Amino acid sequence: MNRREFAKLSVAAGALGLSGIPLGITRAVGQTRGGTLNTIIQPEPPILVTALNQQQPTLTLGGKIYESLLRYDFDLKPLPGLAQSWEVSPDKLTYTFKLFPNITFHDGTPLTSEDVVFSIMKVLIENHARARSTFSRVDKAEAPDPLTVVFTLKKPFAPFLTAFDCTTAPIVPKHIYEGTDYRQNPANAKAIGSGPFKLKEWVHGSHVHLVRHEGYYRPNEPYLDEIIYRVIPDSASRSVALEQGTVQLTQWTDVELFEVPRLSKLPNLTMTTKGYEFFAPHTWLEFNNRIAPMNDKRFRQAVMYAIDRKALLNRIYFGLGKVATGPVSSKTKFYEKDVKKYDYSPDKAKALLDEMGLKPGPDGKRVAIPFLVPPYGETHQRTAEFLRQSLAKVGIDLQLQGIDVGGWAQRFGNWDFSTTTTTVYQFGDPALGVSRSYVSSNIRKGILFSNTSGYSNPEVDRLFEEAATATTDEKRQELYSQVQKIMVEEVPVAWLLEIDYPNFMDKRLKNVITTAIGVHETFGSVSFG
Amino acid sequence: MDRLKTFLRHPTGMIGLLILGAVVALAVLAPTLFPDDPWDMVGAPFQPPGSEGLPLGSDMLGRNVAAGIAYGARVSLTIGVASTLAALFIGVTIGAIAGYFGGKVDDLMMRITELFQTIPGFVLAILLVATIGPTLTNVIISIGAVSWPPLARLTRAEFLRLRGREFVQAAVCQGQAPLMVVLRHILPNAVSPIIVTGSLTIATAILIESALSFLGLGDPNMMSWGLMIGASRTVIRQAWWMSVFPGVAILLTVLAINLVGEGLNDTLNPRIARKVRTA
Repeated sequence: MNRREFAKLSVAAGALGLSGIPLGITRAVGQTRGGTLNTIIQPEPPILVTALNQQQPTLTLGGKIYESLLRYDFDLKPLPGLAQSWEVSPDKLTYTFKLFPNITFHDGTPLTSEDVVFSIMKVLIENHARARSTFSRVDKAEAPDPLTVVFTLKKPFAPFLTAFDCTTAPIVPKHIYEGTDYRQNPANAKAIGSGPFKLKEWVHGSHVHLVRHEGYYRPNEPYLDEIIYRVIPDSASRSVALEQGTVQLTQWTDVELFEVPRLSKLPNLTMTTKGYEFFAPHTWLEFNNRIAPMNDKRFRQAVMYAIDRKALLNRIYFGLGKVATGPVSSKTKFYEKDVKKYDYSPDKAKALLDEMGLKPGPDGKRVAIPFLVPPYGETHQRTAEFLRQSLAKVGIDLQLQGIDVGGWAQRFGNWDFSTTTTTVYQFGDPALGVSRSYVSSNIRKGILFSNTSGYSNPEVDRLFEEAATATTDEKRQELYSQVQKIMVEEVPVAWLLEIDYPNFMDKRLKNVITTAIGVHETFGSVSFG
Repeated sequence: MDRLKTFLRHPTGMIGLLILGAVVALAVLAPTLFPDDPWDMVGAPFQPPGSEGLPLGSDMLGRNVAAGIAYGARVSLTIGVASTLAALFIGVTIGAIAGYFGGKVDDLMMRITELFQTIPGFVLAILLVATIGPTLTNVIISIGAVSWPPLARLTRAEFLRLRGREFVQAAVCQGQAPLMVVLRHILPNAVSPIIVTGSLTIATAILIESALSFLGLGDPNMMSWGLMIGASRTVIRQAWWMSVFPGVAILLTVLAINLVGEGLNDTLNPRIARKVRTA
């Protein structure tokens, strides 16, 4: 053991002693410092300030620049982030966070509890829809001393502790943003955060260059000297860049799914689908529950039986994912697996359709249903073709309608559709990412990712509401299990798959995917060897 | 009859006709040759040509590429012919009116035609399909709407040429209605170049349709060659056959139609036809 390793170990031990909570992230002894990580950002983000823009590329890149109070392990248990410890009062109304000392922003100013309160209660509430829905439940946020933040809620909100990852609650410097128009602030171009990397240069259309933040509060971190995010719009070129080693890491849809089997065999790369647990992308066939025959439970069940979802997973998603069993992803908390099963059975589907009185006509077709093909690339197009063939076998004539991006969002959001497919993130807790798609109070015209299907069941509304405010996990599990059983029986939408995205990385890279937000994490502990 | 004989002796024209005949036969016989829906996933995905029951291999979903090509022939030919008929109808009507009446009417008609000619045809087709929505009928309308200007100009030129001839003047003097003069006297004498250009327009229409489908602007319910290439373009490194065979189909069909068009041109042009006959 050399001196540096010893120092690292003793600091780690000290941190453990301070917080009393295991850090969760494995710290390999003898990580090397230095090196440049080249990776891809696609499409190029419009801005790097994650508090102001939450498009996926912004969040991927901004995670290195802006940090938040907590991190989450793969089971979505909180780990220390900027906060070294936290306490929840017995009545579940008061949350107290203790920050690490010596945190500084990239401009050298210390990060204090004032910055946290300002970021969350001002910037995020005004600019971040997902953060707003959680933090608008805060009655008051206080900073009694520079290292302590206290949130008091209006009433208990169980998933409150799940909202402090760096994509939901990034901390921005108060001294730069206070009293300004946040969106027009010239400092947005400098992207000053407190993360392990700071912005050196952004050449639009080419790359974003991040370098080490020397004043980072975690000892020895970051290990890498610099990270370069390259903009590569063409998917074939992205694969080639990975193959040739020009980039050492890809994420999300950087690599087309059909390339995955081939690239997985390359000796210098490893592939993992971990690191998307927090997002848990859930894909389904959405029915407009307002119109016949989609307003009939039996029709929706028939569709569930008619789709061979295992074949869909294997043929179109190349096995990257799992068949979804209900509204909650198996990666999300409070998943219930003991629900009604819809195994592939065209006969059951036909029986249900017969029972409804939808008899096949002379051409074998029972009913024609329009389907808006989501204009987001090949996988969606192939999925649409797959669904049409599957449903044709039971006499449902799914008529595909091609449409552009704006048109899809506009018609889907305004309920001007019969069926389409959509993918929704779950954000770790049913109260954050699941209930929004099904509760009546979220039937809001013109808003995507609200309850667009128009499904409405007072019992489901009640259970979701109670589960969100229940104070013990046992109680919540019970309520969510109940609601999942009801919904899987009623199938407001036909859940298809839980999608996994592949992360490819150079075999020399260490500690890339350490938490449930995967590639969005700070990358402070990432190193080459 | 003479003309038919001339055409039959035209070597390249006959080759074109044979290939075209084969494509038409494939289109007509598609349901007999491939009773399954071309969208059905009949085998394992990514099967190379020559696999069991898949002479041209399967695509990324395990659909039969050969069946796709047969049914694609129907779509391509339907769109080619239908949109050309639409283009002929618009082009000949406008050209005939302009050429027959001349003067201000001519000016007006030609300015309208030029308006369409200044916009690149393919770009306009993309715009139209994207606006009115990609269905089979709309694709036909859009291609028809961008293909008529050359036909209108050609018809006008022929009409201007024939308008002053004695037999036309005679018909006008006899008091025949303009429509009768146009249909019975001028059009029959102007039809040869229109037929030739029309046949070439079919080839162009097929290419435009393929390009639209390639860009994902075709009718998503129709298996067409352009769609097959567009869908498999990205996997060309793993599976060349998915894009090569539909590409060859487009090439052969368009080549065949062009050869036939050229043959028709030579046959219907009296000077060249005589040479062929006496040769």
